[in-house]
Amino acid sequence: MYSCSDLKKGIKLMIDNEPHVIVQFDFTKPGKGQALYKCKLRNMITGSLFDRTYRSGESFEPASLEERDMQYLYKDETGYVFMDQKTYEQTSISEEVLGDDKFFLVDNMEVKVLLHGERGIGVTLPIFVNLRVSQSDPWVKGDTAAGNNKPATVESGYTLQVPSFVDEGVLIQIDTRTGEYVTRVKE
Amino acid sequence: MNEPNWALARKRQTLETRARILQQVRAFFTARSYLEVETPHRIPANAPELHIDAVPSGDWVLHTSPELAMKRLLAAGYKRLFQLCRVWREGEQGSRHLPEFSMLEWYRCGVDYTALMDECEALLAALVPEGKILWQGKSIDLSPPWDRLTVAGAFADYASMPLDEALATDRFDEILVNEIEPNLGCHKPLFLTEYPSELAALARKKPENPQVAERFELYINGLELANAFSELTDSEEQRCRFESDESARTAAGKPAYPLPEKFLAELSNLPDAAGIALGLDRLIMLLTDADRIDQVVAFCPTDL
Repeated sequence: MYSCSDLKKGIKLMIDNEPHVIVQFDFTKPGKGQALYKCKLRNMITGSLFDRTYRSGESFEPASLEERDMQYLYKDETGYVFMDQKTYEQTSISEEVLGDDKFFLVDNMEVKVLLHGERGIGVTLPIFVNLRVSQSDPWVKGDTAAGNNKPATVESGYTLQVPSFVDEGVLIQIDTRTGEYVTRVKE
Repeated sequence: MNEPNWALARKRQTLETRARILQQVRAFFTARSYLEVETPHRIPANAPELHIDAVPSGDWVLHTSPELAMKRLLAAGYKRLFQLCRVWREGEQGSRHLPEFSMLEWYRCGVDYTALMDECEALLAALVPEGKILWQGKSIDLSPPWDRLTVAGAFADYASMPLDEALATDRFDEILVNEIEPNLGCHKPLFLTEYPSELAALARKKPENPQVAERFELYINGLELANAFSELTDSEEQRCRFESDESARTAAGKPAYPLPEKFLAELSNLPDAAGIALGLDRLIMLLTDADRIDQVVAFCPTDL
């Protein structure tokens, strides 16, 4: 069982017999008051999102889901399509159910697909993924201080802050837990 | 060669502003004849509070606030004191909480908590001469006087149940956080005042209405910034409150803390006074347009 102190983004829980994933998490505590654990949860089967606040002392049943190594193939009208490289079986996960994880999928990437019965309901991403910057305004000459940042959009459509020296076309490493820039990747 | 740690490098501007704010805070209190003091971080016991857990340090603990030491100084005759220090609270980490954070506390003899409201307004006026800030896209007018709202009034205005029912069903904190706080101090800072006496902590009860305590919390744009009291000077009543908090801790399966006997013994020498604890990191968040507390410190535990 999980206790409140185990809760964080990405943790999967059973609620009313259905698997849910914490997509946003915050610890909060009003002055002199008790600890509160604010979660935004996604029902992994229906994709529906809702907020819930838990208090110290509550416990949670972990959602243990079967995982299968699969390769991400492409996106079509059904959603994001993955294939088991041994059996060639395919499964598709809708954009709604995949949530923000869709931003970190690269064609042919190997991921663990979470299954509910035979149906894919989510992925476990690697901690770091490499994505190419598809759009970012050029570096302004004279803007040399380390720490200056600017927005950049990567090939998956995800936008994040990057250092000013990162140009369009550059491959960058992103931490999928925080969604933040880590470093440029040497090619 | 690796790239420099960008997460650290990008904090330069914020850390420069942070350093300037610390200097301005010191200048503000020094100009008002406050004596800056430093009291020990490692102490035998904190004020026992049901919901605040200390980090153990050998047989002692790291202080969760310098409150007891500051009040012992007041009881010994010091009239105006301030302190900027690190404090530690077990298990507190979130977008607005760090287990180790910076606290600004100040104490003043001969006044009640309303004088500290005026002083909060003056402090922000000194730090922000232009009189307004933009935080997360929202403009906040800092010009005095700031709004005041009682806890009962806040429940009547914003909550899905009345205050007495929230207290009776132990849902006060949850309703405060989810339903009330987001509405507090949105255009102008707000003092949430007159806490129910059950939540008085170390505050004195209002003489003309002992159902409430002379305690306020300062909110700016939903962010809780400071907690202040007219100090309780009755050591017998303080001992009863500590003992009741101790038994609540034991009942909740938490470690009991030894009672701070020296503090209790000297408390009866404390003149009428008011004191306030302000979260410096949160103040810096407001003044640097940061939406997470980890953006305004160089390192948080997960970076180490």
